Amino acid sequence: MNPFEILAQYWPRLMDGTLMTIKLTLLGAFIAALVSPGLALIRVHALPIAQAPLRLYISFVRGSPILAQLFLIFYGSGQFRPVLQEWGLWSFFRDPFNCALLAFALNSTAYQTEILRGGIIGVPRGEIEAARAIGMSRQKVLRRVVFPHAYRMSWPALGNEVILLMKASALASVVTVFDLMGRSRQIFSRTFDFSVYLWAALIYLCITAIFVLLWRQAERRLSRHITARDKSHGTVPPLKETRP
Amino acid sequence: MKLKTKVALVLAAATMAANAALAEGLRLGTEGAYPPFNYIESNGEIAGFDVEIGLELCKRIGEECEVVAQDWDGIIPGLLANKYDFIIASMFITDERKKQVDFTDPYYLAAMTHVAPKGAGYTEFTNETLADKVIGAQSGTTQADYIEAVYPDADIRLYPTQDEVNLDMASGRLDLQVGDMLPMLDWTTKSDDGSCCELAGEPITDPAFVGDGVGIAVRQEDDDLREKLNAALAEIRADGTYKAINDKYFDIDVYTMK
Amino acid sequence: MFELLSYGDAGWGDEILQGLAITVQLAIVTLPVGLCLGFLAAFASMSRLLPLRYLGFGYTTIMRGLPEILTLFVVYNGVGLLMNAVLRWWAPDASPTDFSPFAAGVVALAMVFGAFAGEVLRGAFQSLDLGQVEAGRAVGMNDRQIFLRIQLPQLWRFALPGLGNLWINMLKDTALVSVIALDDLMRMTKVAVGVTKQPFTFYLLACLIYWVMCVLSELVLARLEHRANRGIRRA
Repeated sequence: MNPFEILAQYWPRLMDGTLMTIKLTLLGAFIAALVSPGLALIRVHALPIAQAPLRLYISFVRGSPILAQLFLIFYGSGQFRPVLQEWGLWSFFRDPFNCALLAFALNSTAYQTEILRGGIIGVPRGEIEAARAIGMSRQKVLRRVVFPHAYRMSWPALGNEVILLMKASALASVVTVFDLMGRSRQIFSRTFDFSVYLWAALIYLCITAIFVLLWRQAERRLSRHITARDKSHGTVPPLKETRP
Repeated sequence: MKLKTKVALVLAAATMAANAALAEGLRLGTEGAYPPFNYIESNGEIAGFDVEIGLELCKRIGEECEVVAQDWDGIIPGLLANKYDFIIASMFITDERKKQVDFTDPYYLAAMTHVAPKGAGYTEFTNETLADKVIGAQSGTTQADYIEAVYPDADIRLYPTQDEVNLDMASGRLDLQVGDMLPMLDWTTKSDDGSCCELAGEPITDPAFVGDGVGIAVRQEDDDLREKLNAALAEIRADGTYKAINDKYFDIDVYTMK
Repeated sequence: MFELLSYGDAGWGDEILQGLAITVQLAIVTLPVGLCLGFLAAFASMSRLLPLRYLGFGYTTIMRGLPEILTLFVVYNGVGLLMNAVLRWWAPDASPTDFSPFAAGVVALAMVFGAFAGEVLRGAFQSLDLGQVEAGRAVGMNDRQIFLRIQLPQLWRFALPGLGNLWINMLKDTALVSVIALDDLMRMTKVAVGVTKQPFTFYLLACLIYWVMCVLSELVLARLEHRANRGIRRA
């Protein structure tokens, strides 16, 4: 095992792969974040019969392995190329990055929808009633009361979901999108040097650690109005803050 | 201390038991995803030119052989980790690979070729003319090394198995692929999905990529196995068995490529 | 299309079912190993000794932070190397041993399961009523008795939802062993696709089979949770 020689020789490829991993993960999570609020609302408020297709989709995506979903979209779309060409979609599916991104976005949407649903349900009823009482339209209530609360409550779980998405992105190389894992396998198949996997592991752990740090910082910022209020409970407010 | 000795004893027993189980027979490693050389039939059996030659050689050596399938990416590590005793999977003999394993004499000669959709009309195969094309190959193969070395500016796609390259070639995701001559000939002329495409350009016979032919890989310490395989190979060449197997799959003699 | 899926030589139905059998076997063998590792990780994380706590934290963090496929490759390639290195030191004349893909799959999946399970179990331990543990100590029970008679039966109730989720995730993760040449459901599907050139059909079938297994697991888990919570008054 020559860990340092491997790093010196192959670090551009590993960096390439790392960038691809980050791209896939962030884009996939972002697309899911755009779509999931709407879907979460449907899950909470719509009639059960209207929810059925959504629940079926979520159950299917959460019940099958992401590897199978990747293969299904990538090779399945190839099988239906004439149909897709008719509808003008072939140029989208032709690019493996798009196929992988689609698979990850669909997967993350399902999970994020369920997480947000939990968040929305957890919003205190009283606050919604108060907002309606002072005349806020339904849209404003959603924008000013429901979603800020829901996101803050689901923040840790959403962070978890992004990390899980990053781990799922390690499978992108089976459909020729060379992320960090794919590059590592490529390097291993040339050099047979095991240490390339250890470097990949280190890089994944670094990405995860940095992400968790940033996410927790964001959580602190989001909750600063709550923690600040708690802090003042035990202390005596300085004189100059009291008003007649 | 007691727990540590228990663990040590269990490990020792396990390794010794594993050793005892290894004595009989030889194991033949192949990929199983490379028709017509090695592939899995619909009844689950591994068959193909490579497998038949391999089993015949085993018979000549006088051993019972078990066929083990292994993904191409891990086929050499598998040999080194003792999952099988020799690899017969259309593996080109190259200097890179000789660093890890030893090869027998070549059991057939091969070249690589470009494959393009019918009527695509590719005449020049240089880095400049193919700079914006999508070119595919199986990863970990000499074909992959070739396209990475010769067409660095093209959009290179590497797939875990040859079947997947063929699938994407047929569906039109790839503009070109580089593959072994004989399997590509087989695919484009004899299969349904391969009828989309045809061989293009001159065969690639540059020894820097193609190596010295296709051989059987053995571990570097297994010299006597290598010699036995060489002797058996010469035998089946001499008494016509090779030709009989060859003619089942190909119209030309692949040993000499004529 | 149905001849493709049929039994016997012409169809792929029996190969796919054989693959399914391997998948189920893999999951069933991994579960007890993973649970053991989970308990060990939970105990290590809650231990009074600092090095053990760090070990527990390190194990769970690393296993939860690495992609499962990387863990699988490291185990498959690394353990084989390790075993051969140990063997060379122990008995230099013996021929090298082999680490089967099934064993590699079990070890890798169990290590991942154990890390997540460790966290679930730790959370469950910490939700237990401390008063009951103290009562047990007051009565004179030793630690082992307290664990077996007081904590474990109640732990089950708290840990079940979390462990159930992990089981379902593990079922799906077994699909990854297809990349280390173990003939599970995913791999047999790939082989069928390679020969029949019908990727959509077969991959959809594979997705559906996994989905059915997950839905069945969810039903069984719902029953188990119902039973585990019997007699408990709901808030």
